[in-house]
Amino acid sequence: MAAKTGTYTLINSTTLSTSATSVTFSSIPGTYTDLAIVTFAGNTTASAYDILVTFNSDTGSNYSRTRLYGNGTSAVSTRDSNVSNIVVGSMNGSASTNGFSVGRYNINDYANTTTYKTMLVRQDTPGSTTFAIVGLWRSTAAITSITFTPEAPSNIASGSTFKLYGIEAGNL
Amino acid sequence: MALQLFKIADTTVGSPVNTISFSNIPSGYTDLKVVFSLRNDVASPQGTCNIRFNSDTGNNYTYRRLYGNGSSAASDTGAATNNLAFTFLVGATATSNTFSNWELYIPNYTSSNYKSMSFDAAHETNSTTAYLTMYAALWSNSSAISSIVCETFGQNFVTNTTVTLYGVL
Repeated sequence: MAAKTGTYTLINSTTLSTSATSVTFSSIPGTYTDLAIVTFAGNTTASAYDILVTFNSDTGSNYSRTRLYGNGTSAVSTRDSNVSNIVVGSMNGSASTNGFSVGRYNINDYANTTTYKTMLVRQDTPGSTTFAIVGLWRSTAAITSITFTPEAPSNIASGSTFKLYGIEAGNL
Repeated sequence: MALQLFKIADTTVGSPVNTISFSNIPSGYTDLKVVFSLRNDVASPQGTCNIRFNSDTGNNYTYRRLYGNGSSAASDTGAATNNLAFTFLVGATATSNTFSNWELYIPNYTSSNYKSMSFDAAHETNSTTAYLTMYAALWSNSSAISSIVCETFGQNFVTNTTVTLYGVL
């Protein structure tokens, strides 16, 4: 077996040249220990809208999510269970002037087939909100695809960037 | 292609200074990451670090902040001003040998869009009050970021403060 590198490997990167209704990373190999995602994304409207994540095209009520966020005036925490996606904060509208939203995601042990999958997210939307989110997908399947879908009526704006990394643990 | 962090520059404070600067930042990376371990000499449990890009002193910096202090959480907005004021930097009256640990992540720092950034800060001093802070920050300028200045107005960063600038590929 080749020596493990302990590094992040870029699995896929997408920069939208035109607006899109969703972005999907598919055929994610199961050869890493963890996944990390960095997003730099806006939407096509003038307002911030939520962005939703699903795994393996599962739109069943198999997700739960806890969010802690600040909107500039108050700190709020909300929780939803048995829902059909994980809301991972918002994408800014009029992003060229308001600023694109910055997302940083971690999904640990994503390829195991015995436990449910947990995701940690930090999502920052200038002029709108700063989020910390934990999401759960109640499935023992390995994660092989991840889909980002904006809340209606928005689409994901041109210029948005989504990067998926695989993390390989180093040898001790 | 492997994601790699390349150390562009770092600073370790040998004697107190009020400004730490990174200039001539190359444009060959996709993102920037700045890692801080810092403390200042303000006569208080906490101080402030003020950040500017490209020496821009216009009122082009804004933020949304969320923070908790161990007993409550709050959020506020930083109106447009001439720097990004990152708060809850460990100050002189905090527990000895404690330093704030901060991380600033700036994607697409060479793009022609305004620069969004994400900032996380830990101020843990084994005292009654400590702070965990998150920012969504914006520099409303379309220039590529080529310099970063960190300043603690009227005070100094103490010895052993470190700031490291990484380029992300």
